[in-house]
This record gives sequence, C-alpha cells and structure tokens, in this order.
Amino acid sequence: MNVDTPMRSFEAEAPRKHGLGAYAACFRGIVWREVLRFLYQRERFFSALVRPLVWLFIFAAGFRQVLGVSIIPPYTTYVLYETFITPGLIGMILLFNAMQSSLSMVYDRETGAMRTLLVAPFPRSFLLFSKLIGGVAVAVLQAYTFLLIAYFWDITPPWHGYLTVLPALVLSGLMLGALALLMSSLIRQLENFAGVMNFVIFPMFFASSALYPLWRIREGSPLLYELARFNPFTHAVELIRFALYGEIGAKIDPTMTPVSAGISMDGVLIPLASGELLDLTHVVVVAGCTVVFLSAAVFAYNPSKGLIARRGGPGGGNAG
Amino acid sequence: MTTILSKEADGAAAHVPSADALIVNGVGHSFGDKRVLDNVSITVPRGAFTVLLGLNGAGKSTLFALVTRLYDNVSGEIRILGHDLRRKPTAALQRLGVVFQSRTLDSDLTLEQNLFYHAALHGIRKAEAKTRAVEALTTVGLADRAHEKIRNLSGGQARRVEIARSLLHRPALLLLDEATVGLDIGSRESVLSIVRGLVEREGMGVLWATHLIDEIAPTDRVVVLHKGRILYTGSVPGLLEVSGQPNIREAFRSMTGAKDTAEAA
Repeated sequence: MNVDTPMRSFEAEAPRKHGLGAYAACFRGIVWREVLRFLYQRERFFSALVRPLVWLFIFAAGFRQVLGVSIIPPYTTYVLYETFITPGLIGMILLFNAMQSSLSMVYDRETGAMRTLLVAPFPRSFLLFSKLIGGVAVAVLQAYTFLLIAYFWDITPPWHGYLTVLPALVLSGLMLGALALLMSSLIRQLENFAGVMNFVIFPMFFASSALYPLWRIREGSPLLYELARFNPFTHAVELIRFALYGEIGAKIDPTMTPVSAGISMDGVLIPLASGELLDLTHVVVVAGCTVVFLSAAVFAYNPSKGLIARRGGPGGGNAG
Repeated sequence: MTTILSKEADGAAAHVPSADALIVNGVGHSFGDKRVLDNVSITVPRGAFTVLLGLNGAGKSTLFALVTRLYDNVSGEIRILGHDLRRKPTAALQRLGVVFQSRTLDSDLTLEQNLFYHAALHGIRKAEAKTRAVEALTTVGLADRAHEKIRNLSGGQARRVEIARSLLHRPALLLLDEATVGLDIGSRESVLSIVRGLVEREGMGVLWATHLIDEIAPTDRVVVLHKGRILYTGSVPGLLEVSGQPNIREAFRSMTGAKDTAEAA
C-alpha cells in the first residue's frame, strides 16, 4: 500500500569537528548542572550534612567511653573516638552522595532526562565520566562543609591535611560514584532503591573501618574482619584517614617505634624499615576499583553491548 | 516503494553526494521474543513535515529510540544527513534535535539554565549559548521568562521550551515524539505552528510522531506505522487514493483495522 514521493537530494553535511574547547564546554556544563541542582535543592544539602553530624555529635559522643582506640597510624597519640570516626563519616558522605546520585539517575531514566545526556554527540564514556565528576564535585563540597563544622567540634587535623585530603576525596568519590553509576544501570525501577540501602550502603558502611579499627573487628569476628579487609570502602576510608593527616606516601620517621610506624590497613601493625614509604595499597585498590566499576558502567550504558539495551533501554522501556 | 538506499557518506568524507535528513532502511527491533519493529524503512526529506502516524504501541517510540541511539540498531541501517548512526554516531547526532514524549527538563533550573546545559551537551560555549538561547526562546515566544524556573510553567509552555532547547544546536532534523500529548487545544496549535514554521523558514526535516489525526495537514508526508510495520509512506492525497477512503481517519481505520475512532482521535 505504499506510494512513492519524489526524493529530495541535498548536499550532505560535513560533521563539525569537536575540538578540546567543545569537550571542555560539555564537561563544564554537565558538572555545573550537578552543582546547581544540588545548591537549589537546599533540603538535600542540609540532610546530607545532618546525617554525619548526628553520628559525630551524638553517636560518637555516646560511644566515646565504650569504644577505645589505641594508637594506630596515622595518629601518633591517643585520639578521641570522634577524631577516629571523622574519616569514616566523610566516607559516609561520599557513599550516600554517590547513592543519591544513582537514585537521581534512575529517576532521570524513568522521566527521560537521562536521554538528553545520552543522545549528546560525544562519546558516551566521556558523558558518563563527566556526570560522575559532577557528582564527585558535589560530594567534595559536602565533605569540606562537614570538616568545617567538625573543626568547631575539636576535630582538628593538621592544616596541610585539608589540602592533602582533596585527591583522596576525589579518588574515593570517583570509586563510589562509578559503583553508583553501574548500579543505576542495573536498577530497573525507582522502587528497587530500598534494596540498595539494605544490600549495598549498610553492608559497605558497617563492614568497614569507618566506625572501628580493623584490629578490633578481628577480635570480635574473624569472618567480618576478612569481609572488611576486602571491602573497597575500607580502603577509601583509610585513604581519606591517611591523607587527612598528610601521611600518604610520606617518609617514615626513623625514630618512630615499629608500633607507631606500622600500617593500619588490616589492623596488623607491620614494622617498616627506616625511610621506607608508607603503603599505597589503599590508593591502588581505590583506583583499581574505580577503573573496574567505571568500565562496567560504560559497558552497561553502551547501547550495542550493555544491559540497558537488553532490558529496554534508558527510559524504562517506553516502547510506544 | 520508496527508495531509501544510500551508499554515500562514510567512505568518502570529502565528497558525500547527497543526503536526506533521515533515512531508515530495513530496521527491526525486538524486546526479548516480542518483535516490535519489523523491516521499517522511511525517509524524512529536509524541508518536509513528515507525520509518523500510529496507535499507541505501534512502535513509534521504539523507532525514535533507535534513531537517537538510545537502543542499538542491529538490523538495517539508519543515516542522519548521510552519516551512518552505527559507524559515526557523533557526526550523525550533531544535527539531530529531539523532543521526547516524556518531559526531560530540569524543573529546579530556569529556562535559561536548561538551555545552557543542552548547549554544553553539544559543545557550545557559554557566550554563544547565551545568544542562541535568546534566539530560541524568542522563536517559541518565551524570551521574557528566561529566568523563571521550569516548575512555574504550564505544560504547553514547557513543551515550547523543549522545542527551543532542541533548536539550540541548529539541527537539520527534528524528531518530536507525541509532543502535544496532554496539552490543551491552544497549546497544541501553538506547538504545531512553531514546528511547521521551522520547516517553512529553516528548511528543517521534521518527523512528528502522533496518534492524533487532526494534526495532519494536507501537504504533509505521512508514514503509517502499525504493529511495528510500515503500512504506507507518501503524501496525504496518495493515502486517500490508495485506501479509497474520503478522509485520513477512514483511511487509517481501513488500513489498521482500528475499530474505535477514539484510538486514533
């Protein structure tokens, strides 16, 4: 029943070249949108801060006398429990922000906003990475705001720690953001996000060194200790802890005792030879996990290979 | 049968012979065992308003998802301005503007900020984006509301912003998926009039997916899609001639077997 209409021919368009400036504009636009949305959603900003502050002001104060922390690197003396859990709470901020971002992507996919990103004429890996960086920028803002408030609660890392913690925050934020990106491709509906809380956020947070040192966990449960050792979030928290105290990659002071110059990654205090570099395991693990999670997320969002295509595509299978 | 083969473009980048705005040739798609598009072939010339007419579930949105590369096209070929979507997605998507069926604006941001974001997604710098945003909002009659948040707009106004947004990168092909669904009569007419104006003034190729027969003008090109298959492609008079029916509604009913006219209002 088809009928022909005359075909019109035109000169074909030569593709526009996307130079570095175009990539930079795209990157800036995506990051700026994430930051703007966050700033406009004030309640989200405050609730993101209230969560770790409640832990700091109430939980930590309450448990100060119950949970003792011995001298472990990077601390060179006894520290209050509030001081110990501060890096863990920063990790909590990054973790929740990443999951919030994942939730937002599932929502975007359901409402279709994610489509505008995915049909942009740039490589999809670049678009997703830019979105990831946008989420990390928001998380870093939150972390520094938390550190500022914590300062007035006598959580006072060395001044240089505020600078050295920045790359650790970015790297840890990237890892957790990449995991969230991957999860957003796996979650089919917004309602499934409750499962993420139960099966990802809580296990990751509690089975880590965020709230207690690993050597204490080993005393209580060797199995949990093993789980926590292999939990990437543990490495993120320890990376932040050491970076906040300016100890990543630092030379060991030869005058330090073996006990105080050990590595706390798994709670076993390993004596280091004089002048040896501190362990970079945390950096390697966090960076490695970032690469793995991000690659998997890019694969999942690839229309020709990924899970999204098999399950009906971004937009929730609105196949009208 | 419309000839829609095009062997140009990718092989000889400097001397691409010619291209329609959109060529879809022999495309199919399945969700699991369910075949939702089967051997679909259509062309959208530049300077033409092409209506993709089909009932809900005909496969219109799936076709849009394939043309925008949200789904991967594994059979057949899709070319936008002569560029193969699979082989050169970046070149193909550069001059494509899309208005999706579901609303995709960020309600927390202003009109201008939404447009800047979209401009950035096309690599347009801020200074240039500002100029283009004013132009695009003027085109849709919303320049005076550039600093208002999207949440303050009516459904029709938000649709007009989405059209403005889709024009920012100066596309040669515009896809609109059920763009008037949920709008009142005045807003529908306004949106249609803006898009038809773009075809006349800018020579843009438009693919307008709808199930509303009264949105079709006698000069439009029509593609009838039903249960994933193309039943007709051509002019409105041709449709009436082929179907032997006095009007588009009856022609559509006779082709698709739609019993209830409410299905294709």
